[in-house]
Amino acid sequence: MSEDSRRQFLIQSMTGVSTAWLAASWPQIAAAAESSWGAYSGATTQFAFFTPAQGAVVEAMAAQIIPTTDTPGAREAQVIGFIDTALMTFATGQQAAVKAGLEELSRRVSAMGAASFAALGNAQQIAMLTDIQTTPFFRAIRDLTVMGMFAAPQHGGNFNKVGWKLIDFDDSLNFHTPFGSYDV
Amino acid sequence: MQKYNPSDEVDFVVIGSGAAGGVMARQLSQAGFSVVVLEQGGWGAFGHEQDYSKDELSNRYPAEVDKLISDPSMQRNTFRRNASEKATPGGHNYGCVVGGGTVTYGASSWRHLPWEFNEASTFGTLAGTGIADWPVSYEEMERYYTMAEWELGISGERVDTPFMAPMSKPYPLPPQPIKSSGALAKLAAAKLGLTVVPNVAAIITEPYKGRGACINCGMCSGYGCQTKSRSSSAVALLPEAVATGKCEIRANAYVREISVDRSGKVTGAIYLDKTANNREVFQKAKVVVLSANGTETPRLLLMSKSARFANGLANSSGVVGKYLMSGNGGGANALFDHPLNEYKGCVTGAAVLDFVPNDVKTRGFYGGGRMTARGFTSPIAYGLGGVHGAPTWGAGYKKALIEQANRKMSISNFISQMPVETNCVDLDPDVKDAWGLPAMRITSTSHPNDFKAMEFFRDKSVEILKAAGAREVWADTISDSRGGAHSRGTCRMGNDPKTSVVNKFHRAHDVPNLFVVDGSSFVTGGRNHPTMTISALAFRAAEHLAAAAKTGDVKI
Repeated sequence: MSEDSRRQFLIQSMTGVSTAWLAASWPQIAAAAESSWGAYSGATTQFAFFTPAQGAVVEAMAAQIIPTTDTPGAREAQVIGFIDTALMTFATGQQAAVKAGLEELSRRVSAMGAASFAALGNAQQIAMLTDIQTTPFFRAIRDLTVMGMFAAPQHGGNFNKVGWKLIDFDDSLNFHTPFGSYDV
Repeated sequence: MQKYNPSDEVDFVVIGSGAAGGVMARQLSQAGFSVVVLEQGGWGAFGHEQDYSKDELSNRYPAEVDKLISDPSMQRNTFRRNASEKATPGGHNYGCVVGGGTVTYGASSWRHLPWEFNEASTFGTLAGTGIADWPVSYEEMERYYTMAEWELGISGERVDTPFMAPMSKPYPLPPQPIKSSGALAKLAAAKLGLTVVPNVAAIITEPYKGRGACINCGMCSGYGCQTKSRSSSAVALLPEAVATGKCEIRANAYVREISVDRSGKVTGAIYLDKTANNREVFQKAKVVVLSANGTETPRLLLMSKSARFANGLANSSGVVGKYLMSGNGGGANALFDHPLNEYKGCVTGAAVLDFVPNDVKTRGFYGGGRMTARGFTSPIAYGLGGVHGAPTWGAGYKKALIEQANRKMSISNFISQMPVETNCVDLDPDVKDAWGLPAMRITSTSHPNDFKAMEFFRDKSVEILKAAGAREVWADTISDSRGGAHSRGTCRMGNDPKTSVVNKFHRAHDVPNLFVVDGSSFVTGGRNHPTMTISALAFRAAEHLAAAAKTGDVKI
């Protein structure tokens, strides 16, 4: 799928959503759609909330929270676009904690002599996140990563339903028995 | 829809449109009376239910217009464990939309058993509680239960057991699938000698009264039903009220006071029109029916102070708001080797009934509970908090997410809570809600007896899950109630005006033309599945009230 047709697809799938907060948040959503495409393609990202550098840090954090293993993780689910949109819509209350947390993280990384969190090695990233895992900042990014993994794809994350596939969730919303292995 | 002017004196104003308000509106308008229903919440997808979203994120963070449940940041409330504490912000909430809590509830629809109407005389009372007999008997209630089941559309199986109420007629619809959780409960029950039956639910399993059968979509409790299969007030009752041409529903109408005249009769209700900058409107009425739920009903009576009713309306007894029972729960959880896929279908597939009755001598506590087998979850909720014994992020978290997906089952218990006078709803002296009205304050600590009950049910749940062959079982932490949608008991019924708020016809003892019909009328709490009894009480109340109104005198 070309970039243009993919973006068109994203926009079309989002306009099908009836909820008013999405309608009211249209500019941010559109921006997030671009950013998530950007993250996927490696093209220049355009975030609504983050600077490109911040976006790269948060995407690296998300990739530690739900890592890519033999199955897709937060990166493949493109949760960064979801998080960026979230901070401009339903999670505006967490903007301050996220901003402050990013600044603090950046200070810690500089103190280590590194260029950015995203540039740290895997073990260093995990150690640093473990260090801050009880902060409001980390908790916010953790919860938004999880939501971005498992929210309906029209919200920007869960790309190609990779999050739902991970937990074997069928979104067809019309089931017949037996539902599970033990049904009688 | 019929429209009335606020200055028109209508026969009835009904405050609230849920399990009780919907019944009152339908029955009174079908009897030929003019009715205005005032609902604090919005319209939801009333009349276009196919538009209900099954989008979990939007359901978690709805726009104002899409809210189905009250928002504690707007409908502010405070909580404290006892009167010596300063209350802090609480999370109590309830269904807040046209149709009330029935729009989003799990839909369990159990009748009370006959002795749940006279526990005091059957089992005696318990020190420190207000256990008393109801002024109505099961024999009298039976036909209204049947009426409610058939008018609403209830699915279930009539089972001949001492653990279920005797029925003069079977349920109109066959039960829902018992799901894997129910099948596992049955497996355990066979080993332990327990009685498991399919859940009784206000969810139709076959086409009924023009509505379609449940498609087992799974996004059930907490979500609006887009196939209209959940027999809510909004699809089973209110459309028929509107169809009479006698009933107007006004959504976004937040009542702040029930008005009285010098003679002590109510004259109507003053509400804030949320769609018009909270402009105050006075709707005149001959009779007011208050059905705002077990917490908002007493709050409104306490807010309706006047020279004549300085303690709050209908409160000469001082009992308004007291004996709050929100119900206790808890239980245990388990992981199984193979997927149960509990996210499909309704919340509860089956129930274990053996511990519904009182058995003080053997068990060492008063009361009982209904144990339900379930495992309902949804992807975001599962991701945020659903994995057991694993880190909250990182490779270990992801591994557990995958391994445990769809393999969890819980036994959730619906346990009696004793009516205790000091457990109450009143007005917070300091905090206001988003409309500047006194916030609801909840004060509640369960009776020590109830903690014994919770421990019993927790241990029993562990035993059942182990017998079902679980790979791993863990119990919930025992936690005392802090409010919630099952709240009841706060305007208790009784024959004595000194110790109760309403009489056996739900008329306020102190007011000739005010009726209070909802969970607040409960004397004892049953087994924490209140909705079917609320519906049946409302059918009964409406019948008596309509008959009286036809004679021109509602002072029954």
